[in-house]
Amino acid sequence: MNMITKGLVGLRDWVDDRFPLMQLWNDHMGQYYAPKNFNFWYYFGVLSLVVLVIQLVTGIWLVMNYKPDANLAFGSVEYIMRDVSWGWLIRYLHSTGASAFFVVVYLHMFRGLLYGSYKKPRELIWILGMFIYLSLMAEAFFGYLLPWGQMSYWGAQVIISLFGAIPWVGETLSLWIRGDYVVSDITLNRFFSFHVIALPFAIVGLVVLHIIALHEVGSNNPDGVEIKKNKGPDGKPLDGIPFHPYYTVKDSVGVIVFLILFAGVVFFAPEMGGYFLEHNNFVPADPLKTPEHIAPVWYFTPFYSVLRANTVDFFGVPGKLWGVIFMGLATMLFFALPWLDRSPVKSIRYRGTLYRSALTIFVVSFLILGYLGLLPPTPGRTAVAQVCTILYFLFFFLMPIYTKLDKTKPVPERVTG
Amino acid sequence: MNKLITALALWAAASLVYAAGGHGPALLDANVNLGNKTSLQRGARLFVNYCLSCHSAQYMRYNRMAADLGLSEEVVKDNLMFASDKIGDTMTIAMKPDDAEKWFGVAPPDLSVIARSRGADWLFSFLNGFYLDETRPTGVNNLYFPDTAMPHVLSELQGLQVKHDADEQAGDHGGHAGPSLELESPGKLSPVEYRQATRDLVSFLVYVGEPAKLVRYRIGFWVIAFLLVLLVAAYLMKREYWKDVH
Amino acid sequence: MSENAVDPDRRRFLTGTASVIGGIGAGLAAIPFVATFQPSARAKAIGAPVEADIGQLEPGGRLIFKWRGKPVWVVRRTPEQLAALESLDGVLRDPASSESLQPEFAANPWRSDKPEYLVLVGICTHLGCSPNFFPSTDAEGMGSDWQGGFYCPCHGSKFDLSGRVYAGVPAPTNMEVPPYHYVDDTHLVIGELEEGAA
Repeated sequence: MNMITKGLVGLRDWVDDRFPLMQLWNDHMGQYYAPKNFNFWYYFGVLSLVVLVIQLVTGIWLVMNYKPDANLAFGSVEYIMRDVSWGWLIRYLHSTGASAFFVVVYLHMFRGLLYGSYKKPRELIWILGMFIYLSLMAEAFFGYLLPWGQMSYWGAQVIISLFGAIPWVGETLSLWIRGDYVVSDITLNRFFSFHVIALPFAIVGLVVLHIIALHEVGSNNPDGVEIKKNKGPDGKPLDGIPFHPYYTVKDSVGVIVFLILFAGVVFFAPEMGGYFLEHNNFVPADPLKTPEHIAPVWYFTPFYSVLRANTVDFFGVPGKLWGVIFMGLATMLFFALPWLDRSPVKSIRYRGTLYRSALTIFVVSFLILGYLGLLPPTPGRTAVAQVCTILYFLFFFLMPIYTKLDKTKPVPERVTG
Repeated sequence: MNKLITALALWAAASLVYAAGGHGPALLDANVNLGNKTSLQRGARLFVNYCLSCHSAQYMRYNRMAADLGLSEEVVKDNLMFASDKIGDTMTIAMKPDDAEKWFGVAPPDLSVIARSRGADWLFSFLNGFYLDETRPTGVNNLYFPDTAMPHVLSELQGLQVKHDADEQAGDHGGHAGPSLELESPGKLSPVEYRQATRDLVSFLVYVGEPAKLVRYRIGFWVIAFLLVLLVAAYLMKREYWKDVH
Repeated sequence: MSENAVDPDRRRFLTGTASVIGGIGAGLAAIPFVATFQPSARAKAIGAPVEADIGQLEPGGRLIFKWRGKPVWVVRRTPEQLAALESLDGVLRDPASSESLQPEFAANPWRSDKPEYLVLVGICTHLGCSPNFFPSTDAEGMGSDWQGGFYCPCHGSKFDLSGRVYAGVPAPTNMEVPPYHYVDDTHLVIGELEEGAA
């Protein structure tokens, strides 16, 4: 045993003389001090990383057998499901992982809203995170075309034609994105490139930057207290603990719990009632037959609701264009949060009734919008969507006011757990 | 403030529920049992004899079906293979889609994953939902797929039904009494036998839609069991380390 | 810092246990990703044994079949050609077929199940070209000791009518005899030693 250990240590030292191995380890794991009061909401960062790895690995394996050709794509997915040894598992891991990614990322973002993680000095972490979110949405959109089912095809057709709503450049833009007059094999091939190469690189790069930015400033915590303000005689934050071993160990538990839930879906309900694998996508794409009901996958439905809710023409601008504008704004407004939020206090624990109510209304509206987006529109539903859209936007637009007016509670010096 | 939010949520929920309500008659319950290999075998025979002349199942291999259904390759070759001669072939048909479209108006779709797109209950209802209709070129129509181009291929087994419209019946609840079907001329099978036959056929189609379904429940059980053991070990480790954090 | 002293033994034990179980889990999880590389059902179907009908094959003639993307020759040898096989020991590199690939029944001068019919994978064992068929004894340029056989045009390797390689040519071993069996006198199955074998 001793010889092996000696050998490994020797190798480590050889590398360390030529590469900042131990320094990186210490800076980011062994001597990176994180607040000791992380709670449930703090698992979702690591879980996002886990799902990213799952998607990358299963994605690589799927590409071994997938054919990005309009005539062959659908068949190649069935080939993977039936003829390729264990192909069905790799496919379900990837399809479940796609939905799991959004579950985990939405909860991760919500943590930011709860504890003011986007506030100074963490604005850049938040902005990088928002870019990751946008990239993730693009990645999911491009990826969804690949199985070349009816929902793949018509979903892409609808979303790309949204760009057609942009005045003057719209039609040209849509043509440029598609590379053809309708969504076709050409579109499929380029979306394949974006999904498999371009965006994964971008996402991994952004995640690296996101974590570097985080480690530069140090993590926030449920009390919103800056732990670096209270250091012990050894120069380490009194309320901090080294990430390794404490959070490596704690996160491993969180990861295993996640994997149990994940496995439950993969093995027992991969279709998730038609929400993770849509029923209509088991029909090969038919450019001549539009499905009765085109809806995006569940993780896009809140924004889809906002898009559809805009039925009124205002100021000479058609409702359809307002829909596109507000749908875009609904995602982009998150970028502005660090500057919209005027509260001196970070964590919801010390905020007043105004912010708590606003956040509750926002979450409820978001969830209702999401639910409505799954269903075909009716006049009643559209009315509800319009109300929820207004409430959604008011959360952002009124934030400078109600965060300033809010009666906050005194924030403690040290974390409370 | 909380009351306002609750009221809002309830109003939203209520309007949504009102707007729901399916279109078309209620589906029959297919009651598929993939664990019953004999049922799947009967379904396979029905499929090959009645469906495979027009509908391919181009992603299903004969030898895979043999292995999964507990049939020897000999039995499959002798009884279930008319269109192909190699046991490793997939269940394709000779008819070309263009010809099919010319002859039938629409190409009969491939049925490999029909159970995943339409669902077992719909397929079962469809197979039980044919009735006489002189206005149609095939002489039949279907309660669950109005004006379908498909003839009632199984009519020799079921016989022929006629439709009684909704207003012909005395609606007891005054509500939603839909149209009903009644067997007018019998077929080779009794109604109970026909139900079972279509159940077998639909079960087979569910199997064809996803052969992996037969194994994934079993594997999943062991994966989760293992993860639970790992969870215990990881949790004990975590608790031990966190003893010194206060 | 802490009231309870750190118990390093317990820590090490628990970390070890969790790591071992985790390691086993990682290994088990890797299995599908490794196993998936195996030939798929489609590959196996395409590479499945091929039935060869040799009913029309004349003596001295050759039929070519395709199995797993490779040419497989069936040559019907005349009695004279069979008799000549034993006389070639001196010019062949491996007359007893001790270094080449063939089923057990083919480790002999005629290298086949039934002496009359030769079944051979038609690929030169040098660099993979497909040799030409020169059954005639007075083929031009093949040398005075030529008793019929195969000549590879790429680099000049020569094989006899059992696919055995001549000495002094680039090819290192005799040509491969694939697994096969007879269903009846005029039908072979190439790719299986017996019905249902791998």
